[in-house]
Amino acid sequence: MALTKPIKSLWEIPREERFVGGHAACQGCAAALILRHLMKVVGKDAIVVNATGCMEVISTLFPRTAWRNPWLHLAFENAGAAASGVEAAIKALQRKGVLDPNRYIKVVAIAGDGGTFDIGLQSLSGMLERGHDVMYVVYDNEAYMNTGIQRSSATPYGAWTTTTPVGKKMRGEYRPKKDIIGIAYAHRIPYIATANPAYPIDMINKFIKAYNTRGPSLVHVLSPCTPGWRIPESKSIEVAKLAVQTGMWVLLEIENGKPKVTVKIRKRKPVREYLKMQGRFRHLTEEDIKKIQEMVDQYVAEINKWVGEEAIGPVEG
Amino acid sequence: MALAQETKPKEVPEKKEKKRIAATGADAAAYAVRDVDVDVVAVYPITPQAPIAENIAQMIADGEIDAELIHVESEHSAMSAVVAAAATGARAFTATSSQGLELMHEVLYIASGLRQPVVMALATRALSAPINIWNDYADAMGMRDTGWIMIFSENVQEVYDNLIQAFRIAEHPDVLLPVVVTLDGYILSHTTEPLEPMSREEALSFAPKRPRGYRPVLDPDEPVTIGVLGAPNWYQEVKVQQALAMRESRRVIEETGKEFGRIFGREYGFIEPYMMDDAEVAIVTLGATSSLVKAAVNRLREQGVKAGMVKIRVFRPFPAEELAKALENVNAVGVLDRAVSFGGAVEGPLFMEVATSLALRGIVKPMVSFIHGLGGRDIFVKDVMEMYQKLLEAAKTGKSVTRTLFYGVKSRRGHVV
Ligand SMILES: Cc1ncc(C[n+]2csc(CCOP(=O)(O)OP(=O)(O)O)c2C)c(N)n1
Ligand code: SF4
Repeated sequence: MALTKPIKSLWEIPREERFVGGHAACQGCAAALILRHLMKVVGKDAIVVNATGCMEVISTLFPRTAWRNPWLHLAFENAGAAASGVEAAIKALQRKGVLDPNRYIKVVAIAGDGGTFDIGLQSLSGMLERGHDVMYVVYDNEAYMNTGIQRSSATPYGAWTTTTPVGKKMRGEYRPKKDIIGIAYAHRIPYIATANPAYPIDMINKFIKAYNTRGPSLVHVLSPCTPGWRIPESKSIEVAKLAVQTGMWVLLEIENGKPKVTVKIRKRKPVREYLKMQGRFRHLTEEDIKKIQEMVDQYVAEINKWVGEEAIGPVEG
Repeated sequence: MALAQETKPKEVPEKKEKKRIAATGADAAAYAVRDVDVDVVAVYPITPQAPIAENIAQMIADGEIDAELIHVESEHSAMSAVVAAAATGARAFTATSSQGLELMHEVLYIASGLRQPVVMALATRALSAPINIWNDYADAMGMRDTGWIMIFSENVQEVYDNLIQAFRIAEHPDVLLPVVVTLDGYILSHTTEPLEPMSREEALSFAPKRPRGYRPVLDPDEPVTIGVLGAPNWYQEVKVQQALAMRESRRVIEETGKEFGRIFGREYGFIEPYMMDDAEVAIVTLGATSSLVKAAVNRLREQGVKAGMVKIRVFRPFPAEELAKALENVNAVGVLDRAVSFGGAVEGPLFMEVATSLALRGIVKPMVSFIHGLGGRDIFVKDVMEMYQKLLEAAKTGKSVTRTLFYGVKSRRGHVV
């Protein structure tokens, strides 16, 4: 059974594993941890549709599988469309009495940032616009990790990837991260949230709400990737936490169009602390860091204005 | 030990006075979808397929079809959605043409690789560039190797009959492969002909919906992982199984066509020979073009020429054996293609299949590859009669023409290049 009420402590997280160990994710992979929690929340009656990417590849190397739920993968760019097909089939089969009409079977789509922000954007948009009852979870490791750390439109400004390398003329990604929340918001869907595995209760409560929303919902989760971000295996949660504490990642929830910040930050840490931990930002100059700090300041100001309060405070002393 | 069960042939219902209506190929496709009680339809409009999408939408709106209609935003998503719906256990249908089929291409392989019994109608149309909305078989030929069973229709009645059979073939436990049924763009999709539909009871008893559980589907009570990563230590086994399923489908396609004949009086095989008993020269064709070739054969027969024709109905799996048998005794074989395999050993894609079928069986005879009718260029009976003349020459000289002949081309040297 899926969780329906918000949890208050870690002790309330179900023991049962539905995304099980033995898969091939790298040590310290946040995405695998996110999915583990996700599956505990959604329980037995969720049908999972997964886009191509790390999570599909590490979990289903035939003849093994890490999934205790029904699970479908078709391709890279069509998680939204495939999820729409499963949802429509459930509706038709329930109406015709082939499936029990009183049982709530829900489709949960999972995709990386590439499969969501870039190649999968069209099918995601179609799914959101048509109002399918699908919970869509995007784990955002800020690059195409499965094919070896190439840039995506979710790659943040300044980050090194293999296709935004650091050289004499170019020094990493030179465009800001795409605003997927703004895109989802423009679709007027009932539930949108950002989440972070360093804040597991907040993340789980958002999964619970997204699952129990009737209609499309989207949860955008920051997902540190140890080889891609050039961080030690033990640091993924620490770095994820710093993303929130520096204001680089704001924990948002938009219910029926009304935005709020779920984890408020009184005093922000400077972005330098977040950037310095990661090899992908190693080449940044003081000037670059200053520019990123300014970008974050502006983003924080926009968010505060949007939610109508100073949810994220100034950079501390 | 189980006793051998006596199997009784199905009761042949008394031939009642059947209802005949006027219908286009697009109408016929929609009627078939209605009559087999499809559960999920995902379609994206493209000319000349669009009236199929519109007809189905109207029937759903009128409550004549009880199905979920997904207004997808592209053909890639249409194919993705129906494959996913089939994986959930629904009877799923889509239709497309030309560029739409090209956009689906990636997912066509996924449908067959995952053994999902999706059924599609393809209103055949030329491919861009230049953009052209009229009939030829370039789109269909492009999906030759995608692992789909491919059935060509000659007329509106066949569109309907083939689609009804397609569901039964696709969902057969020994097959579980997607099936595409073609209807020539405009020539069938938009042309009104007499159609004898069956009752919905008849359609559903011929192509019954199988109980849940006859094949693994997405089901919370029996979770399965569909669409896995198949490393080199397993991928080949899966692909070989897929190839074997395609071979196995021959038996099911044959039984289905025969039983259809027994019940409804219109029997279907892999090929349809026309005037082949004593034919000296023959042309092999596909789809609606066959009617035109038949007309040319009739004309030639009046002139005392022993011409014949073989229509290929099932293009995948390819009826090599049947074709070889049908062509065994003629003196020359022509193949009329409406698509180009650019830079191929011979440029007619159907020709290559026919030549291989004969050569492998040690049947060597003069052959000629004809290409005509690209992008809706009209073919006339007189053009086909000229092709037969070419065949008669080849029969006399005993030599094949090694280069494809393009007929009906505007050129200073005449209309053959
Ligand atoms: C049509 C298509 N283009 C490219 C690829 C290659 N490809 C597979 S996964 C992937 C990147 C996935 O990135 P993302 O969605 O961010 O997930 P991650 O690997 O980071 O988990 C790419 C480019 C593909 N499978 N299909
Ligand atoms: S590459 Fe990154 S996202 Fe992929 S499995 Fe490893 S840690 Fe996880």
